[in-house]
Amino acid sequence: MNLGGRPWRSRLIMGTGGFRSLEELEAALVASEAEIVTVALRRVDTTRSTASPLDVIDRLGLFVLPNTAGCYTAREAVRTAHLAREAFETDWIKLEVIGDDRTLYPDAVELLAAAEQLVADGFVVLPYTNDDPILARRLESVGCAAVMPLGSPIGAGRGIDNEHHIRLIVEQAEVPVILDAGIGTASDAAQAMELGCDAVLCASAIARADEPARMATAIRLAVEAGYEARRAGRIPRRLHAEPSTSPLGLAELGEHA
Amino acid sequence: MTVRINGEQRELEDATTLADVVQSLVEQAERGVAVALDGDVVPRSEWESTTLSDGAHVEVLRAVQGG
Repeated sequence: MNLGGRPWRSRLIMGTGGFRSLEELEAALVASEAEIVTVALRRVDTTRSTASPLDVIDRLGLFVLPNTAGCYTAREAVRTAHLAREAFETDWIKLEVIGDDRTLYPDAVELLAAAEQLVADGFVVLPYTNDDPILARRLESVGCAAVMPLGSPIGAGRGIDNEHHIRLIVEQAEVPVILDAGIGTASDAAQAMELGCDAVLCASAIARADEPARMATAIRLAVEAGYEARRAGRIPRRLHAEPSTSPLGLAELGEHA
Repeated sequence: MTVRINGEQRELEDATTLADVVQSLVEQAERGVAVALDGDVVPRSEWESTTLSDGAHVEVLRAVQGG
């Protein structure tokens, strides 16, 4: 996959949120074979000595993709992106601008404004977006390096609520489409890839599984399976059966009722 | 002077720099740390030379697990 002007082997991008420990995070990252991983920025808290996920990410030699999680306005998101650029020495940003904390749906107006500004500021912008084909087109037209529609709300684990919207986004996009949010288990990731997504971004489904590393393996294999299935070209869905064994040369062995 | 650091009011000596504040919060200015002064990012190279004034609003951020 080519993303942000660089080739990548893996089509699974991993979020690091929600893991119960850095040990579980590390095991899952290894199992996922992901190359790109997201991190967030939060206030330094001197009352808690929390080891940094960066230690794990750097040790594994992975590419850090900072996010703007928790931002509600374009202004906050743009400032957070600039802070992330300083902290991680990267121009890449996963842009999240959410509208409320119940749905965590993106705020389309603020998202587009922030994307436009960050592209102008020289960022490689990867926006987390609604599964809205028109908004996806607008994000692409202002120069985003990918579009990342949600399958269902962050952490909901429902998979893809509206596969038609994902298909419409894939059909028109000339930048990579990365399904971000909503994956619950491996089959959801396979479905995303079968619909034509270029990659899947997954955090909660792995982090909150009983065995995160095992789920990371499952989702990695599902992404590969879905990608191969998409390339192979599936058969159409039909109402009636179509025999897979030819009726030619069938022996006459009795009367049909 | 009184400065707000990560949401808490702190009394600091005059001529305290951003570098001083960062050092008081993190063991070393490791990768993954960023600083905003009154909402604007301050590049690492300017922490040493940036002195705080009364009423300044400082945010010191670091990498955490997320998204």
